[in-house]
Amino acid sequence: MISVGHYLAVSAVLFTLGVLGIFINRKNIIVILMAIELILLAVNINLVAFSAALGDLVGQVFSMFVLTVAAGEAAIGLAILVIYFRGRGTIAVDDANRMKG
Amino acid sequence: MTADLMLIWPELILTIGGLVTLMLGAFMGDRQVGIYQLSALLTLAAAAVAVVALFGVEATVFSGTLSVDAFGGFAKLLIYAASFVCILIAPRFFSGGMRAEYPTLILFAALGMGIMASSRDLMTLYVGLELNSLAAYVLASFMRTDERSSEAGLKYFVLGALASGMLLYGISLLYGFTGTTDFAGIAAAMGDEPGIGLIFGIVFVLSGLGFKISAVPFHMWTPDVYEGAPTPVTTFFASAPKVAAMALMTRIVVDAIGPAIGAWQQIVIFLALASIILGAVGAIGQKNIKRLLAYSSINNVGFMLIGLAAGTQQGVEGVLTYLLVYLVTTLGAFLVVLQLRDEHGNQVESIPALAGLSQRRPGLAAALSVFLFSLAGIPPLFGFWPKYLVFEAAVNAGLVPLAVAGIVASVIGAFYYIAIIKTMYFDDKSEVEVTGGGNAVEGTIVAASALWLSAVGYLFIPMLAVASAHAAAVLF
Repeated sequence: MISVGHYLAVSAVLFTLGVLGIFINRKNIIVILMAIELILLAVNINLVAFSAALGDLVGQVFSMFVLTVAAGEAAIGLAILVIYFRGRGTIAVDDANRMKG
Repeated sequence: MTADLMLIWPELILTIGGLVTLMLGAFMGDRQVGIYQLSALLTLAAAAVAVVALFGVEATVFSGTLSVDAFGGFAKLLIYAASFVCILIAPRFFSGGMRAEYPTLILFAALGMGIMASSRDLMTLYVGLELNSLAAYVLASFMRTDERSSEAGLKYFVLGALASGMLLYGISLLYGFTGTTDFAGIAAAMGDEPGIGLIFGIVFVLSGLGFKISAVPFHMWTPDVYEGAPTPVTTFFASAPKVAAMALMTRIVVDAIGPAIGAWQQIVIFLALASIILGAVGAIGQKNIKRLLAYSSINNVGFMLIGLAAGTQQGVEGVLTYLLVYLVTTLGAFLVVLQLRDEHGNQVESIPALAGLSQRRPGLAAALSVFLFSLAGIPPLFGFWPKYLVFEAAVNAGLVPLAVAGIVASVIGAFYYIAIIKTMYFDDKSEVEVTGGGNAVEGTIVAASALWLSAVGYLFIPMLAVASAHAAAVLF
Protein backbone atom coordinates (compact mmCIF):
# COMPACT_ATOMS: atom_id res chain seq x y z
CA MET A 1 0.00 0.00 0.00
CA ILE A 2 1.39 3.39 -0.97
CA SER A 3 0.99 5.94 1.81
CA VAL A 4 1.45 9.74 1.94
CA GLY A 5 4.96 9.08 3.23
CA HIS A 6 5.99 7.54 -0.08
CA TYR A 7 4.75 10.55 -2.03
CA LEU A 8 6.54 12.89 0.36
CA ALA A 9 9.76 10.93 -0.13
CA VAL A 10 9.53 11.16 -3.93
CA SER A 11 8.77 14.86 -3.75
CA ALA A 12 11.64 15.48 -1.31
CA VAL A 13 14.03 13.71 -3.68
CA LEU A 14 12.79 15.75 -6.66
CA PHE A 15 13.05 18.99 -4.66
CA THR A 16 16.63 18.18 -3.62
CA LEU A 17 17.55 17.33 -7.21
CA GLY A 18 16.10 20.65 -8.33
CA VAL A 19 18.04 22.66 -5.75
CA LEU A 20 21.26 20.77 -6.51
CA GLY A 21 20.60 21.34 -10.21
CA ILE A 22 20.72 25.09 -9.58
CA PHE A 23 23.81 25.10 -7.38
CA ILE A 24 26.01 22.37 -8.84
CA ASN A 25 25.26 23.05 -12.49
CA ARG A 26 28.14 25.07 -13.95
CA LYS A 27 27.34 24.75 -17.63
CA ASN A 28 24.07 25.97 -18.95
CA ILE A 29 21.35 28.35 -17.82
CA ILE A 30 18.65 26.34 -19.62
CA VAL A 31 19.39 23.50 -17.20
CA ILE A 32 18.70 25.93 -14.33
CA LEU A 33 15.26 26.67 -15.80
CA MET A 34 14.59 22.92 -15.92
CA ALA A 35 15.70 22.58 -12.30
CA ILE A 36 13.26 25.33 -11.29
CA GLU A 37 10.43 23.42 -12.99
CA LEU A 38 11.50 20.30 -11.10
CA ILE A 39 11.19 22.15 -7.79
CA LEU A 40 7.70 23.41 -8.62
CA LEU A 41 6.57 19.93 -9.70
CA ALA A 42 7.90 18.45 -6.47
CA VAL A 43 5.72 20.93 -4.62
CA ASN A 44 2.73 19.91 -6.73
CA ILE A 45 3.21 16.24 -5.85
CA ASN A 46 3.25 17.27 -2.18
CA LEU A 47 0.11 19.35 -2.50
CA VAL A 48 -1.88 16.74 -4.37
CA ALA A 49 -0.76 13.91 -2.09
CA PHE A 50 -1.74 15.88 1.00
CA SER A 51 -4.99 16.89 -0.61
CA ALA A 52 -5.90 13.25 -1.31
CA ALA A 53 -4.84 12.11 2.14
CA LEU A 54 -6.75 14.87 3.93
CA GLY A 55 -9.83 14.55 1.71
CA ASP A 56 -9.61 18.33 1.21
CA LEU A 57 -9.78 19.98 -2.22
CA VAL A 58 -7.77 23.09 -1.34
CA GLY A 59 -4.47 21.38 -2.11
CA GLN A 60 -5.54 20.54 -5.65
CA VAL A 61 -6.81 24.06 -6.26
CA PHE A 62 -3.47 25.33 -4.99
CA SER A 63 -1.57 23.07 -7.40
CA MET A 64 -3.55 24.60 -10.28
CA PHE A 65 -2.33 28.04 -9.18
CA VAL A 66 1.23 26.72 -9.00
CA LEU A 67 1.00 25.28 -12.52
CA THR A 68 -0.29 28.57 -13.91
CA VAL A 69 2.36 30.66 -12.21
CA ALA A 70 5.06 28.18 -13.27
CA ALA A 71 4.06 28.69 -16.90
CA GLY A 72 4.32 32.47 -16.52
CA GLU A 73 7.63 32.13 -14.76
CA ALA A 74 9.08 29.94 -17.49
CA ALA A 75 7.95 32.44 -20.14
CA ILE A 76 9.62 35.35 -18.35
CA GLY A 77 12.76 33.31 -17.64
CA LEU A 78 13.18 32.40 -21.29
CA ALA A 79 12.52 35.99 -22.39
CA ILE A 80 15.24 37.28 -20.06
CA LEU A 81 17.55 34.52 -21.28
CA VAL A 82 16.99 35.62 -24.89
CA ILE A 83 17.96 39.25 -24.25
CA TYR A 84 20.92 38.05 -22.18
CA PHE A 85 22.11 35.84 -25.03
CA ARG A 86 21.62 38.65 -27.54
CA GLY A 87 23.92 40.93 -25.56
CA ARG A 88 26.54 38.40 -24.55
CA GLY A 89 26.47 35.60 -27.12
CA THR A 90 26.71 32.86 -24.48
CA ILE A 91 24.50 31.25 -21.86
CA ALA A 92 27.21 29.50 -19.84
CA VAL A 93 26.72 29.99 -16.10
CA ASP A 94 30.38 30.86 -15.47
CA ASP A 95 30.21 33.76 -17.91
CA ALA A 96 27.57 35.60 -15.87
CA ASN A 97 30.23 37.60 -14.07
CA ARG A 98 29.97 41.19 -15.32
CA MET A 99 29.48 42.27 -11.71
CA LYS A 100 31.64 41.09 -8.82
CA GLY A 101 32.55 42.49 -5.45
CA MET B 1 -19.62 39.03 -3.49
CA THR B 2 -20.46 42.63 -4.34
CA ALA B 3 -19.84 43.55 -0.73
CA ASP B 4 -16.43 41.89 -1.02
CA LEU B 5 -15.60 43.87 -4.15
CA MET B 6 -16.46 47.13 -2.38
CA LEU B 7 -13.73 46.40 0.15
CA ILE B 8 -10.91 45.81 -2.33
CA TRP B 9 -11.15 49.16 -4.14
CA PRO B 10 -7.38 49.83 -3.98
CA GLU B 11 -6.66 46.54 -5.78
CA LEU B 12 -9.42 47.10 -8.33
CA ILE B 13 -8.18 50.61 -9.10
CA LEU B 14 -4.63 49.36 -9.59
CA THR B 15 -5.76 46.54 -11.88
CA ILE B 16 -7.87 48.81 -14.06
CA GLY B 17 -5.28 51.60 -14.02
CA GLY B 18 -2.53 49.16 -15.00
CA LEU B 19 -4.54 47.85 -17.94
CA VAL B 20 -5.46 51.39 -19.04
CA THR B 21 -1.80 52.45 -18.91
CA LEU B 22 -0.82 49.41 -20.96
CA MET B 23 -3.47 50.26 -23.58
CA LEU B 24 -2.37 53.89 -23.67
CA GLY B 25 1.17 52.72 -24.35
CA ALA B 26 -0.01 50.34 -27.04
CA PHE B 27 -2.17 52.87 -28.90
CA MET B 28 -0.37 56.16 -28.40
CA GLY B 29 3.16 54.91 -29.02
CA ASP B 30 6.13 55.19 -26.74
CA ARG B 31 6.72 58.89 -27.35
CA GLN B 32 3.79 60.09 -25.26
CA VAL B 33 5.74 59.67 -22.01
CA GLY B 34 3.75 62.33 -20.20
CA ILE B 35 0.39 60.71 -20.82
CA TYR B 36 1.05 57.22 -19.57
CA GLN B 37 3.17 58.52 -16.74
CA LEU B 38 0.26 60.71 -15.65
CA SER B 39 -2.17 57.81 -15.95
CA ALA B 40 0.05 55.65 -13.71
CA LEU B 41 0.53 58.42 -11.13
CA LEU B 42 -3.22 59.14 -10.99
CA THR B 43 -3.91 55.43 -10.54
CA LEU B 44 -1.55 55.22 -7.58
CA ALA B 45 -2.99 58.37 -6.04
CA ALA B 46 -6.55 57.05 -6.46
CA ALA B 47 -5.56 53.71 -4.91
CA ALA B 48 -4.02 55.55 -1.93
CA VAL B 49 -7.24 57.57 -1.52
CA ALA B 50 -9.20 54.31 -1.57
CA VAL B 51 -6.96 52.91 1.17
CA VAL B 52 -7.59 56.01 3.29
CA ALA B 53 -11.33 55.80 2.59
CA LEU B 54 -11.35 52.22 3.93
CA PHE B 55 -9.77 53.46 7.16
CA GLY B 56 -11.39 51.85 10.19
CA VAL B 57 -12.85 48.92 8.25
CA GLU B 58 -11.87 45.53 9.57
CA ALA B 59 -13.15 42.66 7.50
CA THR B 60 -12.08 39.53 5.69
CA VAL B 61 -13.17 39.10 2.10
CA PHE B 62 -13.36 36.25 -0.44
CA SER B 63 -13.92 33.40 2.01
CA GLY B 64 -11.33 34.71 4.44
CA THR B 65 -8.42 34.79 1.98
CA LEU B 66 -7.81 38.55 2.11
CA SER B 67 -7.98 40.82 5.11
CA VAL B 68 -8.92 44.50 4.94
CA ASP B 69 -7.40 46.10 8.02
CA ALA B 70 -5.21 48.92 9.32
CA PHE B 71 -2.01 46.83 9.13
CA GLY B 72 -2.46 46.19 5.43
CA GLY B 73 -3.54 49.80 4.92
CA PHE B 74 -0.39 51.15 6.56
CA ALA B 75 1.83 48.93 4.40
CA LYS B 76 -0.12 49.74 1.23
CA LEU B 77 0.21 53.50 1.73
CA LEU B 78 4.00 53.11 2.03
CA ILE B 79 4.12 50.84 -1.04
CA TYR B 80 2.03 53.20 -3.18
CA ALA B 81 4.08 56.22 -2.10
CA ALA B 82 7.34 54.50 -3.03
CA SER B 83 5.93 53.35 -6.39
CA PHE B 84 4.71 56.92 -7.03
CA VAL B 85 8.20 58.33 -6.53
CA CYS B 86 9.77 55.61 -8.69
CA ILE B 87 7.47 56.47 -11.61
CA LEU B 88 7.99 60.20 -11.10
CA ILE B 89 11.79 60.02 -11.38
CA ALA B 90 12.01 57.58 -14.30
CA PRO B 91 11.54 59.66 -17.50
CA ARG B 92 14.62 61.77 -16.91
CA PHE B 93 16.80 58.71 -16.31
CA PHE B 94 15.63 56.84 -19.39
CA SER B 95 15.79 60.17 -21.32
CA GLY B 96 13.17 59.47 -23.95
CA GLY B 97 13.76 55.72 -23.85
CA MET B 98 11.08 55.09 -21.24
CA ARG B 99 8.46 52.76 -22.59
CA ALA B 100 4.92 52.37 -21.31
CA GLU B 101 5.87 48.98 -19.84
CA TYR B 102 7.77 50.67 -17.03
CA PRO B 103 4.83 52.37 -15.27
CA THR B 104 2.58 49.40 -16.11
CA LEU B 105 4.94 46.89 -14.52
CA ILE B 106 5.33 49.09 -11.45
CA LEU B 107 1.55 49.29 -11.10
CA PHE B 108 1.19 45.50 -11.31
CA ALA B 109 4.06 45.02 -8.89
CA ALA B 110 2.34 47.44 -6.49
CA LEU B 111 -0.88 45.45 -6.89
CA GLY B 112 0.94 42.22 -6.02
CA MET B 113 2.60 43.85 -3.03
CA GLY B 114 -0.74 45.15 -1.76
CA ILE B 115 -2.11 41.59 -1.92
CA MET B 116 0.97 40.32 -0.07
CA ALA B 117 0.49 42.86 2.70
CA SER B 118 -3.18 41.99 3.24
CA SER B 119 -3.21 38.24 2.58
CA ARG B 120 -4.37 35.93 5.35
CA ASP B 121 -4.25 32.70 3.40
CA LEU B 122 -1.27 30.84 1.92
CA MET B 123 -2.88 30.88 -1.52
CA THR B 124 -3.34 34.67 -1.77
CA LEU B 125 0.12 35.08 -0.29
CA TYR B 126 1.64 33.04 -3.11
CA VAL B 127 -0.32 34.72 -5.90
CA GLY B 128 0.49 38.23 -4.60
CA LEU B 129 4.15 37.40 -4.17
CA GLU B 130 4.45 35.99 -7.68
CA LEU B 131 2.61 38.93 -9.23
CA ASN B 132 5.19 41.19 -7.63
CA SER B 133 8.17 38.96 -8.48
CA LEU B 134 7.29 38.40 -12.14
CA ALA B 135 6.97 42.16 -12.68
CA ALA B 136 10.24 42.70 -10.80
CA TYR B 137 12.24 40.24 -12.95
CA VAL B 138 11.23 42.14 -16.08
CA LEU B 139 11.96 45.52 -14.47
CA ALA B 140 15.48 44.42 -13.47
CA SER B 141 16.35 43.62 -17.08
CA PHE B 142 14.52 46.65 -18.43
CA MET B 143 17.53 48.13 -20.25
CA ARG B 144 17.55 45.33 -22.80
CA THR B 145 20.75 46.35 -24.55
CA ASP B 146 22.77 46.88 -21.38
CA GLU B 147 24.75 43.76 -20.43
CA ARG B 148 24.71 44.51 -16.73
CA SER B 149 20.95 45.00 -16.72
CA SER B 150 20.22 41.70 -18.47
CA GLU B 151 22.64 39.89 -16.19
CA ALA B 152 20.92 41.45 -13.16
CA GLY B 153 17.56 40.29 -14.48
CA LEU B 154 18.86 36.78 -15.03
CA LYS B 155 20.39 36.49 -11.56
CA TYR B 156 17.30 37.94 -9.94
CA PHE B 157 15.10 35.53 -11.87
CA VAL B 158 17.06 32.38 -11.00
CA LEU B 159 17.44 33.15 -7.31
CA GLY B 160 13.92 34.57 -7.03
CA ALA B 161 12.45 31.43 -8.59
CA LEU B 162 14.50 29.29 -6.21
CA ALA B 163 13.15 31.37 -3.31
CA SER B 164 9.57 30.92 -4.53
CA GLY B 165 10.19 27.20 -4.81
CA MET B 166 11.44 26.97 -1.24
CA LEU B 167 8.56 29.09 0.01
CA LEU B 168 6.10 26.85 -1.84
CA TYR B 169 7.65 23.68 -0.49
CA GLY B 170 7.27 25.09 3.01
CA ILE B 171 3.69 26.10 2.24
CA SER B 172 2.87 22.56 1.04
CA LEU B 173 4.24 21.15 4.31
CA LEU B 174 2.31 23.66 6.42
CA TYR B 175 -0.84 22.80 4.49
CA GLY B 176 -0.31 19.06 4.76
CA PHE B 177 0.40 18.97 8.48
CA THR B 178 -2.31 21.42 9.54
CA GLY B 179 -4.94 20.61 6.90
CA THR B 180 -5.68 24.23 6.06
CA THR B 181 -4.18 27.21 4.20
CA ASP B 182 -5.85 29.80 6.41
CA PHE B 183 -3.43 31.69 8.73
CA ALA B 184 -5.75 31.52 11.73
CA GLY B 185 -6.48 27.84 11.05
CA ILE B 186 -2.76 27.05 10.86
CA ALA B 187 -2.15 28.82 14.17
CA ALA B 188 -5.02 26.89 15.79
CA ALA B 189 -3.76 23.54 14.47
CA MET B 190 -0.12 24.18 15.30
CA GLY B 191 0.00 24.50 19.08
CA ASP B 192 3.13 25.15 21.14
CA GLU B 193 5.00 22.00 20.16
CA PRO B 194 4.93 21.61 16.37
CA GLY B 195 5.96 18.25 14.93
CA ILE B 196 9.00 17.73 12.70
CA GLY B 197 6.98 18.21 9.50
CA LEU B 198 5.72 21.58 10.65
CA ILE B 199 9.21 22.65 11.76
CA PHE B 200 10.47 21.89 8.24
CA GLY B 201 7.55 23.88 6.84
CA ILE B 202 8.37 26.88 9.04
CA VAL B 203 12.06 26.77 8.09
CA PHE B 204 11.31 26.63 4.36
CA VAL B 205 8.69 29.41 4.50
CA LEU B 206 11.00 31.71 6.47
CA SER B 207 13.90 30.95 4.09
CA GLY B 208 11.76 31.82 1.09
CA LEU B 209 10.68 35.08 2.68
CA GLY B 210 14.28 35.72 3.75
CA PHE B 211 15.20 35.81 0.05
CA LYS B 212 12.54 38.40 -0.64
CA ILE B 213 13.68 40.75 2.15
CA SER B 214 17.33 39.87 1.30
CA ALA B 215 18.27 38.72 4.79
CA VAL B 216 21.60 36.92 5.22
CA PRO B 217 22.24 34.03 4.30
CA PHE B 218 19.79 34.56 1.42
CA HIS B 219 21.21 37.91 0.32
CA MET B 220 23.67 36.97 -2.43
CA TRP B 221 21.51 38.31 -5.26
CA THR B 222 21.09 41.76 -3.71
CA PRO B 223 24.39 43.56 -4.55
CA ASP B 224 24.48 42.27 -8.14
CA VAL B 225 20.85 43.09 -8.87
CA TYR B 226 21.05 46.53 -7.25
CA GLU B 227 24.17 47.35 -9.24
CA GLY B 228 22.99 46.01 -12.59
CA ALA B 229 19.38 47.19 -12.63
CA PRO B 230 18.63 50.71 -13.95
CA THR B 231 18.79 53.18 -11.03
CA PRO B 232 15.04 53.99 -10.85
CA VAL B 233 14.35 50.24 -10.73
CA THR B 234 16.97 49.80 -8.00
CA THR B 235 15.23 52.59 -6.10
CA PHE B 236 12.02 50.63 -6.44
CA PHE B 237 13.60 47.32 -5.32
CA ALA B 238 15.17 48.95 -2.28
CA SER B 239 11.91 50.53 -1.12
CA ALA B 240 8.48 49.06 -1.88
CA PRO B 241 9.15 45.27 -2.01
CA LYS B 242 10.99 45.51 1.32
CA VAL B 243 7.83 46.95 2.92
CA ALA B 244 5.60 44.30 1.35
CA ALA B 245 7.81 41.33 2.20
CA MET B 246 8.44 42.59 5.73
CA ALA B 247 4.70 43.12 6.31
CA LEU B 248 4.01 39.64 4.93
CA MET B 249 6.69 38.09 7.13
CA THR B 250 5.28 39.88 10.18
CA ARG B 251 1.80 38.65 9.41
CA ILE B 252 2.94 35.04 8.94
CA VAL B 253 5.15 35.03 12.01
CA VAL B 254 2.51 36.56 14.27
CA ASP B 255 -0.73 35.23 12.78
CA ALA B 256 0.08 31.85 11.23
CA ILE B 257 3.03 30.35 13.11
CA GLY B 258 2.77 32.59 16.18
CA PRO B 259 2.09 29.78 18.68
CA ALA B 260 5.33 27.99 17.75
CA ILE B 261 7.42 30.90 19.08
CA GLY B 262 10.23 28.56 20.17
CA ALA B 263 10.72 27.45 16.57
CA TRP B 264 10.52 30.71 14.62
CA GLN B 265 12.16 33.03 17.14
CA GLN B 266 15.55 31.30 16.83
CA ILE B 267 15.39 31.53 13.05
CA VAL B 268 14.45 35.22 13.05
CA ILE B 269 17.17 36.04 15.59
CA PHE B 270 19.74 34.25 13.44
CA LEU B 271 18.59 36.08 10.29
CA ALA B 272 18.68 39.41 12.15
CA LEU B 273 22.20 39.03 13.57
CA ALA B 274 23.66 37.57 10.37
CA SER B 275 22.13 40.40 8.28
CA ILE B 276 23.36 43.17 10.56
CA ILE B 277 26.91 41.83 10.76
CA LEU B 278 27.34 40.76 7.14
CA GLY B 279 25.58 43.88 5.88
CA ALA B 280 28.07 46.02 7.78
CA VAL B 281 31.22 44.01 6.99
CA GLY B 282 30.34 43.40 3.33
CA ALA B 283 29.90 47.11 2.66
CA ILE B 284 33.49 47.89 3.62
CA GLY B 285 35.64 48.21 0.52
CA GLN B 286 32.79 48.58 -1.96
CA LYS B 287 33.59 51.02 -4.75
CA ASN B 288 30.12 51.28 -6.30
CA ILE B 289 27.56 53.36 -4.46
CA LYS B 290 24.62 51.21 -5.58
CA ARG B 291 26.36 48.07 -4.27
CA LEU B 292 27.08 49.89 -1.04
CA LEU B 293 23.44 50.88 -0.63
CA ALA B 294 22.52 47.22 -1.29
CA TYR B 295 24.64 46.15 1.69
CA SER B 296 23.13 49.00 3.68
CA SER B 297 19.65 47.66 2.93
CA ILE B 298 20.72 44.17 4.08
CA ASN B 299 22.01 45.76 7.29
CA ASN B 300 18.79 47.69 7.88
CA VAL B 301 16.61 44.62 7.28
CA GLY B 302 18.54 42.99 10.12
CA PHE B 303 17.47 45.78 12.49
CA MET B 304 13.83 45.39 11.41
CA LEU B 305 14.08 41.66 12.14
CA ILE B 306 15.20 42.48 15.71
CA GLY B 307 11.82 44.13 16.22
CA LEU B 308 10.09 41.13 14.68
CA ALA B 309 12.09 38.69 16.85
CA ALA B 310 10.55 40.29 19.94
CA GLY B 311 7.21 38.97 18.70
CA THR B 312 5.27 41.55 20.72
CA GLN B 313 2.95 44.33 19.66
CA GLN B 314 5.64 46.82 20.62
CA GLY B 315 8.08 45.00 18.34
CA VAL B 316 5.69 45.14 15.38
CA GLU B 317 5.11 48.86 16.00
CA GLY B 318 8.89 49.29 15.86
CA VAL B 319 9.06 47.37 12.58
CA LEU B 320 6.34 49.55 11.00
CA THR B 321 7.99 52.80 12.12
CA TYR B 322 11.32 51.47 10.90
CA LEU B 323 9.83 50.70 7.48
CA LEU B 324 8.50 54.24 7.10
CA VAL B 325 11.76 55.94 8.08
CA TYR B 326 13.83 53.48 6.03
CA LEU B 327 11.63 54.15 3.01
CA VAL B 328 12.15 57.94 3.21
CA THR B 329 15.90 57.55 3.74
CA THR B 330 16.48 55.05 0.99
CA LEU B 331 14.36 56.95 -1.55
CA GLY B 332 16.32 60.10 -0.74
CA ALA B 333 19.69 58.36 -1.03
CA PHE B 334 18.87 56.80 -4.39
CA LEU B 335 17.49 60.09 -5.69
CA VAL B 336 20.85 61.67 -4.90
CA VAL B 337 22.63 58.83 -6.73
CA LEU B 338 20.30 59.43 -9.67
CA GLN B 339 21.48 63.04 -9.91
CA LEU B 340 25.19 62.24 -10.04
CA ARG B 341 26.30 62.58 -13.65
CA ASP B 342 29.60 63.45 -15.32
CA GLU B 343 30.02 66.19 -17.92
CA HIS B 344 28.83 63.85 -20.71
CA GLY B 345 25.60 63.14 -18.86
CA ASN B 346 26.57 59.57 -17.95
CA GLN B 347 25.64 58.19 -14.56
CA VAL B 348 28.40 58.29 -11.95
CA GLU B 349 28.30 55.31 -9.60
CA SER B 350 31.83 54.98 -8.28
CA ILE B 351 32.51 56.23 -4.77
CA PRO B 352 36.03 57.67 -5.43
CA ALA B 353 34.44 59.95 -8.06
CA LEU B 354 32.44 61.58 -5.28
CA ALA B 355 35.62 63.23 -3.93
CA GLY B 356 35.12 66.98 -3.78
CA LEU B 357 31.37 66.74 -4.21
CA SER B 358 31.00 69.10 -1.25
CA GLN B 359 32.51 71.91 -3.36
CA ARG B 360 30.90 71.10 -6.69
CA ARG B 361 27.39 70.36 -5.43
CA PRO B 362 27.25 71.39 -1.74
CA GLY B 363 23.50 70.84 -1.42
CA LEU B 364 23.67 67.33 -2.82
CA ALA B 365 26.64 66.41 -0.62
CA ALA B 366 24.84 67.71 2.48
CA ALA B 367 21.67 65.77 1.63
CA LEU B 368 23.62 62.55 1.01
CA SER B 369 25.41 63.02 4.34
CA VAL B 370 22.05 63.35 6.11
CA PHE B 371 20.76 60.15 4.46
CA LEU B 372 23.92 58.17 5.23
CA PHE B 373 24.10 59.32 8.87
CA SER B 374 20.42 58.53 9.19
CA LEU B 375 20.92 55.01 7.76
CA ALA B 376 23.70 54.55 10.30
CA GLY B 377 21.32 55.65 13.06
CA ILE B 378 23.41 58.48 14.48
CA PRO B 379 21.27 60.20 17.14
CA PRO B 380 20.43 63.74 16.08
CA LEU B 381 18.97 62.37 12.86
CA PHE B 382 15.63 60.66 12.68
CA GLY B 383 17.09 57.31 11.57
CA PHE B 384 18.03 56.81 15.21
CA TRP B 385 14.43 56.72 16.43
CA PRO B 386 13.20 53.44 14.82
CA LYS B 387 16.44 51.71 15.83
CA TYR B 388 15.76 52.81 19.40
CA LEU B 389 12.19 51.45 19.16
CA VAL B 390 13.24 47.99 17.95
CA PHE B 391 15.99 47.72 20.57
CA GLU B 392 13.54 48.77 23.28
CA ALA B 393 11.06 46.12 22.11
CA ALA B 394 13.80 43.46 22.09
CA VAL B 395 14.92 44.38 25.63
CA ASN B 396 11.32 44.34 26.90
CA ALA B 397 10.86 40.89 25.36
CA GLY B 398 13.89 39.64 27.29
CA LEU B 399 16.23 39.51 24.29
CA VAL B 400 18.97 41.63 25.90
CA PRO B 401 21.93 39.81 24.26
CA LEU B 402 20.35 40.31 20.82
CA ALA B 403 19.93 44.04 21.44
CA VAL B 404 23.53 44.38 22.68
CA ALA B 405 24.88 42.50 19.66
CA GLY B 406 22.81 44.70 17.36
CA ILE B 407 24.12 47.91 18.94
CA VAL B 408 27.74 46.72 18.70
CA ALA B 409 27.31 45.76 15.05
CA SER B 410 25.70 49.09 14.20
CA VAL B 411 29.00 50.72 15.23
CA ILE B 412 30.80 48.69 12.53
CA GLY B 413 28.16 49.88 10.10
CA ALA B 414 28.82 53.54 10.90
CA PHE B 415 32.40 53.11 9.63
CA TYR B 416 31.64 52.81 5.93
CA TYR B 417 28.96 55.50 5.93
CA ILE B 418 31.46 57.90 7.47
CA ALA B 419 34.09 56.80 4.93
CA ILE B 420 31.87 58.09 2.09
CA ILE B 421 31.27 61.37 3.88
CA LYS B 422 35.03 61.74 4.31
CA THR B 423 35.47 61.17 0.57
CA MET B 424 32.90 63.84 -0.25
CA TYR B 425 34.19 66.48 2.14
CA PHE B 426 37.92 65.94 2.71
CA ASP B 427 39.45 64.16 -0.28
CA ASP B 428 41.03 66.00 -3.19
CA LYS B 429 38.70 66.69 -6.08
CA SER B 430 38.31 63.72 -8.37
CA GLU B 431 39.04 63.97 -12.09
CA VAL B 432 35.44 63.18 -12.96
CA GLU B 433 33.54 66.43 -12.99
CA VAL B 434 30.21 65.61 -11.35
CA THR B 435 27.65 67.99 -12.77
CA GLY B 436 24.14 67.75 -14.10
CA GLY B 437 21.54 68.37 -11.43
CA GLY B 438 18.06 66.97 -11.27
CA ASN B 439 14.86 68.73 -12.10
CA ALA B 440 12.75 70.64 -9.60
CA VAL B 441 10.66 67.61 -8.62
CA GLU B 442 13.66 65.48 -7.71
CA GLY B 443 15.29 68.37 -5.88
CA THR B 444 12.13 68.98 -3.85
CA ILE B 445 11.81 65.31 -2.86
CA VAL B 446 15.48 65.14 -1.84
CA ALA B 447 15.25 68.38 0.14
CA ALA B 448 11.97 67.42 1.82
CA SER B 449 13.16 63.98 2.86
CA ALA B 450 16.51 65.34 4.10
CA LEU B 451 14.67 67.97 6.11
CA TRP B 452 12.24 65.41 7.54
CA LEU B 453 15.13 63.15 8.60
CA SER B 454 17.12 65.97 10.15
CA ALA B 455 15.29 66.25 13.45
CA VAL B 456 12.03 67.65 12.00
CA GLY B 457 10.77 64.08 11.98
CA TYR B 458 10.79 64.03 15.77
CA LEU B 459 7.77 66.34 15.69
CA PHE B 460 5.86 63.53 13.98
CA ILE B 461 6.59 60.92 16.66
CA PRO B 462 3.17 61.16 18.38
CA MET B 463 1.42 60.76 15.01
CA LEU B 464 3.66 57.87 14.01
CA ALA B 465 3.14 56.18 17.36
CA VAL B 466 -0.65 56.34 17.01
CA ALA B 467 -0.60 55.09 13.42
CA SER B 468 1.81 52.21 14.04
CA ALA B 469 0.04 51.18 17.27
CA HIS B 470 -3.28 51.17 15.44
CA ALA B 471 -1.84 49.04 12.63
CA ALA B 472 0.05 46.63 14.89
CA ALA B 473 -2.96 46.11 17.17
CA VAL B 474 -4.71 44.29 14.30
CA LEU B 475 -2.35 41.33 14.64
CA PHE B 476 -2.66 40.90 18.40
